[in-house]
Amino acid sequence: MLGIRSRTRRTLRQIKNRIRTGYFSGAHRTLVQPSHGWRTLDLGELWAYRELFWVLALRDIKVRYKQTVLGCAWAIIQPLMGMFVFSIIFGHWVKVPSEGYPYPIFVYAALLPWTFFSNALSESANSVVSSTNLITKVYFPRLIIPLASIGSVLVDFLISSGVMLFLMLYYHVDWHLHLLALPFLILAVAFAALGIGTLLSALIVAYRDFRYVVPFMIQLLMFATPVVFPVTLVPPHWRWALYLNPMAGIVDGFRSAFLGKPFNRDILMLSFCASVILFLIGVAYFERVERRFADVI
Amino acid sequence: MDSIVIRAEGLSKQYTIGRREAPYDTFREMVLRQVTASLRWIQNRGNNQANGSRIWALKDVSFEVKPGEVVGIIGRNGAGKTTLLKILSRITDPTKGFAEIRGRVASLLSVGTGFHPELTGRENIYLNGTILGMRKGEIAHKFDEIVSFAEIEKFIDTPVKHYSSGMYVRLAFAIAAHLDPEILLVDEVLAVGDVQFQKKCLGKMHDVASEGRTILFVSHNMAAVQRLCSRVIWLDGGAILKEGATNEVARHYLQYGLKNNGERIWDDIPTAPGDEVVRLRAIRALDVTGAVRTDFTVREPLTLEMEFWVIKEGYVLDAAFDLYNETGTALFSTVDNLDSPWKGKPRPPGIYKERCIIPGDFFNDAEISVTFGVVSNVFEKVHAQIIDAIGFTVIDTMDPSGVRGNYHRPWPPVAVRPRLHWTVERAPLDKKISLINDSSR
Repeated sequence: MLGIRSRTRRTLRQIKNRIRTGYFSGAHRTLVQPSHGWRTLDLGELWAYRELFWVLALRDIKVRYKQTVLGCAWAIIQPLMGMFVFSIIFGHWVKVPSEGYPYPIFVYAALLPWTFFSNALSESANSVVSSTNLITKVYFPRLIIPLASIGSVLVDFLISSGVMLFLMLYYHVDWHLHLLALPFLILAVAFAALGIGTLLSALIVAYRDFRYVVPFMIQLLMFATPVVFPVTLVPPHWRWALYLNPMAGIVDGFRSAFLGKPFNRDILMLSFCASVILFLIGVAYFERVERRFADVI
Repeated sequence: MDSIVIRAEGLSKQYTIGRREAPYDTFREMVLRQVTASLRWIQNRGNNQANGSRIWALKDVSFEVKPGEVVGIIGRNGAGKTTLLKILSRITDPTKGFAEIRGRVASLLSVGTGFHPELTGRENIYLNGTILGMRKGEIAHKFDEIVSFAEIEKFIDTPVKHYSSGMYVRLAFAIAAHLDPEILLVDEVLAVGDVQFQKKCLGKMHDVASEGRTILFVSHNMAAVQRLCSRVIWLDGGAILKEGATNEVARHYLQYGLKNNGERIWDDIPTAPGDEVVRLRAIRALDVTGAVRTDFTVREPLTLEMEFWVIKEGYVLDAAFDLYNETGTALFSTVDNLDSPWKGKPRPPGIYKERCIIPGDFFNDAEISVTFGVVSNVFEKVHAQIIDAIGFTVIDTMDPSGVRGNYHRPWPPVAVRPRLHWTVERAPLDKKISLINDSSR
């Protein structure tokens, strides 16, 4: 009896090892069994499904501005309107200091990453429940859904970044080597947004309450991020609290990159690490509950 | 050992019912349900049983499938067929047990998974194909074939939201039919589309099967199962009731499934089949005296009676029956549309009772199963449906005043045996005809 059991266990291990080799190859073996607790992310499987990732991201991009008159102009309108309103209220009336830069470009440099973050967060948070028909009908690594959901948001971001170039010309802000930091900063925003987004998307599957948390949270977070005001406005002994929010450091980093002001390196590193950790936590939780999605969604 | 592609051992799946509720449609509904749910929760506090009624959707299912086999899975609603398929295709985890699958698997639990209405036919082919596990190159290679199979060449660059429902389904199935996996798991997807196209799809699946691919095929369509499958697994209450050669299992299944219910009643609205608009209440087959029966003679008229609740206002609803015989052949469909006082008008909430009288001298001798549903004809939506809800047997008593008259040989196995009126005339011959003379000339 014992002998049999250890043999099955050994074959199970062998099968598991075989699964690691090639998902779509002829020698493919699948083991279907209950899973419990924390699981390690199967990167090989994720990679095998990369085409699905592209197809889903492409679908969102294609669909986003279908049957709209203005099309992708909407990607520009959102941060641009924000810039106008904030420039009038905070720049003109309240006279928020803008570190010596014209307020419009000062606020737009922060609105760009902020819009990216908030859209990415709400898209990814709602992505899983809005893919119910996929989840209950076909198997694939579910993580692809929130990951692919930021594709269209990224495209929006790139379009609206074009406006930034015009603003830089208009306000005579010189191109600076700091611009080279942008890819890393974009990555940091993506990590932060996806971290919270995947966590929320998994929570929303079971508890729809979190759906209502998302817009509310984005609104609150915006005031905990130096979007309409400079970091220097916060009293020095309270800045640590500001930097608990990784987006604070990242948004400030964007400003440094666009406007050529010096980077706050330590804070930036801290924020970057925090984003990555947020992402890992989000993914870990997602992977833990993923197997239940089809049953509870 | 190596000649087995699917091996399931003790597969079990437990669901907690009660916690699973349909997604909210409106905000008001959500608030309402949240309030009632919390009240219920307060009432049931300390009483774990009430909140955690668990059911085994699948119980200790073990079987093996050899390469190239086409295995049918049959069973009535709730027997666990779909759950089994969902576990094998890894959509959901089993609670206990395991299964080992060797080869590339594609599962078709519905056609058109992930179709986006705003995208064109072309874009949807790539989208759906990738979702079903095809590679990009593979789709490109089969693209023309898919389009011509679906017969939508002219509309390939039109958004699918402008497609007719027939075109939509044809495209969806064409993609699925061109999947090239080693193992194909198919759920009742053939229950869509027109008969002509269904036949085409069955033919295509037959081709796939004869190419040596392994297929697991879940269906209510006994005729399709018999045509495609060499072996059948019959699930009942989550467990395997019988497994074996198709014809043998099919015979038992039809006898078992149909003979013993002339009436089905659901007295509890929350668990009754249906959605937020309609819930089914009862269906029964009655004889002329109004008694529930399961045996009728070919000469007797019978009444199908159905009851359902309409819970939500504002829906134009039609009640309908589909009747099938023991081979899975559809005999006919009927809908209350012509005679209903609510024809084309939204029905106020209430309990509706509808009767449909089927005249005597109409059925052939058969085992007949009745599928019953309430549909919204405007939105092409099925609100409630119960497949094989009841069954009854129609017996030929060889009564010479019936359709058969004094024809005493077995009646051909046709769908129905209606009483039709013949006129028989005779005209006298002009001259005497002699065939012998004709041929000799």
